[in-house]
Amino acid sequence: MPFEELVRVAAGSDPVAAAVLLVPLLAPMLVAVAAVVVGWRPAVAWSTVAASVAILGSGVVAAVATSDGSELTVGGMLRVDALSAVMLLVIGVVAVVATWSGVGYIDHEIAAEHTDARGAQRYGLLVPLFLTAMVLAVEASNLGVLWAAVEATTIVTAFLVGHRGGRAAVEATWKYVIICSVGIALAYLGTVLVYYASQHTGTGEAGSLDWTVLVAQADQLDPGVMRIAVPLLVLGFGTKVGLVPMHSWLPDAHSQAPAPVSALMSGVLLSVAVYALLRYRVIAVAALDGEFVRNLLLVVGLASVALAASLLLAQRDYKRLLAYSSIEHMGLVIIGVAIGTPLAVAALLLHILGHGLAKAVLFCASGQILASEGTTRIADVRGLLARRPVLAGSFALGLAALLGLPPFSLFVSELALARAAADAGVFWAVAVALVLLLVVFVAIAGHAAGMLFGAAPSGLATAAPTSTRAAAAPLVTGLIALAILGVVAWPLDVLLHAASIIAGTS
Amino acid sequence: MTEAVFVQLLDLICGGVLLTAVLSLWRRELAAIVRLLVAQGILLALLAALLGAREHSTELYVAAAGVLVLKAIVLPAVLRRVLRDSGEAREAEPLVNVTTSLLAAALLTLLAYGISRPLVLLAPSATTRALPVGLAVVLLGFFVLVTRRRALSQVIGFLLLDNGITTTAFLATAGVPLVVELGVSLDVLLVVLVLQVLAARMRLTFGRTDLDELRELRD
Repeated sequence: MPFEELVRVAAGSDPVAAAVLLVPLLAPMLVAVAAVVVGWRPAVAWSTVAASVAILGSGVVAAVATSDGSELTVGGMLRVDALSAVMLLVIGVVAVVATWSGVGYIDHEIAAEHTDARGAQRYGLLVPLFLTAMVLAVEASNLGVLWAAVEATTIVTAFLVGHRGGRAAVEATWKYVIICSVGIALAYLGTVLVYYASQHTGTGEAGSLDWTVLVAQADQLDPGVMRIAVPLLVLGFGTKVGLVPMHSWLPDAHSQAPAPVSALMSGVLLSVAVYALLRYRVIAVAALDGEFVRNLLLVVGLASVALAASLLLAQRDYKRLLAYSSIEHMGLVIIGVAIGTPLAVAALLLHILGHGLAKAVLFCASGQILASEGTTRIADVRGLLARRPVLAGSFALGLAALLGLPPFSLFVSELALARAAADAGVFWAVAVALVLLLVVFVAIAGHAAGMLFGAAPSGLATAAPTSTRAAAAPLVTGLIALAILGVVAWPLDVLLHAASIIAGTS
Repeated sequence: MTEAVFVQLLDLICGGVLLTAVLSLWRRELAAIVRLLVAQGILLALLAALLGAREHSTELYVAAAGVLVLKAIVLPAVLRRVLRDSGEAREAEPLVNVTTSLLAAALLTLLAYGISRPLVLLAPSATTRALPVGLAVVLLGFFVLVTRRRALSQVIGFLLLDNGITTTAFLATAGVPLVVELGVSLDVLLVVLVLQVLAARMRLTFGRTDLDELRELRD
């Protein structure tokens, strides 16, 4: 949208709405411009954190404004309701932890000669653009624009995944771009077919890709066409979520990307694609019979958890371990989407938030472990707790959160998901998932025990850990937030309830 | 333009789109396949223009011009550059030989006709009856993507897939809204540019762009 148009639209609408919707889009863009102009500097690094805080702040204001079920719109193109507000909060929270920890990360990369000034500048440009694309995806009222924003995330992250260079980076980037572009192209085909169906509803209106319009006429969409469109959408956005059978890019990309980027990809990018599926599910169940949609999603969700569980057992690389854990958690979230009742939607949104925070802490911690130990092999990291207690402690608590232990919020959300499944009569799915989660628990706990305890390898060059406190601050903050979310539901329950009414159907 | 002329032109163009896709399975010289993509791009622009002429739609004429510039000029130019820099003129031994590929193409086309029946039934007309062509090109693109081993061939597979979707979009809905169309075109262009840079990096690190080299990351 041209700039004058943007200003005109912004001036014509409610100033609160304009501020809440435009600030999180424009703030990161400004930082990106600054990075291009002045290169990577502490000021740019901290501006990226400030932009993340702006996204979080907008999320909070949006949450307050929309938790009564109302929505904020700007110019018919951007709209935020309670569901979008939850996603803005998730993006903001994860981005704060990730960019905060990115400040020290890039300095270390430059010091260790893993990257140079140009690489750092590229990082400074692409990370804020990545944030902008994700914010646009959750604010777009048009499903076509949502699609374009999700595809744009692939483009801006491509050179972030391969930031370190070398054979493995090229390989991971190529697979990432090809698989995600093809997957998301299939989602576009699905989008086109939904548009086709919407042109031929009984209402006689011209077709639309606006979500609210589509939901209103969803029961008149042709079931034959939707039966082709919905699997394409699940396959396409599922690629970006990291679901079986299009998951194979994820462990490579997550393990190769710089730690803060992995944190953003795992914590937010995957859930933005889940958000797209949540929106489409509402249309799909109204147009088709609910069983078809539910079974389709249950199969891919369970298959993803099963695959992740089996590959976690024999994992030798702790960054890939975290990547497979993302597949596992996204599988759980998709099972929640499949159930689709308001309770399930509220639970999966809380799960997305908790998983995002935990993964942000864990990936950023793993970046620091890599920096201090010089390896990503699980077998080569031993006795970390004795040597780097704060770092190892954050890593351990992050894993505990991920495994669903109280007091962290994933414990609450997993319980709520199980209850939702039982209420909806698909307890068998949860029973299968629980068995798989047990496998995951054993696998991750086993690998982690070796890393944390065990005898420190002899003759280890103990590089003096620089500025431990600064590096630990974002991790500890993230863990505290995660624990608070698990103990008191108060700041979120009204918002989650409003969001669950938008995206849930009983 | 009478209805009969419209239908004839439409079938001619759609036949051409399918033919160029099938031929790109048959040819092994990458330069020849890029020429086929140019031809397919021109046909897609003609398709948009033809629909525009029938509906007197300026938007479709604009879309036709955009498709022509992007798919017949800009993207092939990028591909030619990759080709020139790499010095690899031919697809290496593909995983599936030509005869089997052509047989697979026939089966995939039949499959496309099978699955798109509900799409045609929703609003039967000359344009929607041609819809299976779009889906067939999508499937053929997918086939190229999984059976070819050169980096450039995979990009070509992706572009075939995208052309198939564009064909489907024009035939089914006379194009998606312009803002979406613009976003999609920009995305495709950027993906191809990203892949161009990656292919160059691949050559730098591996010495060639054989995708069999990509086997370091696995469990």
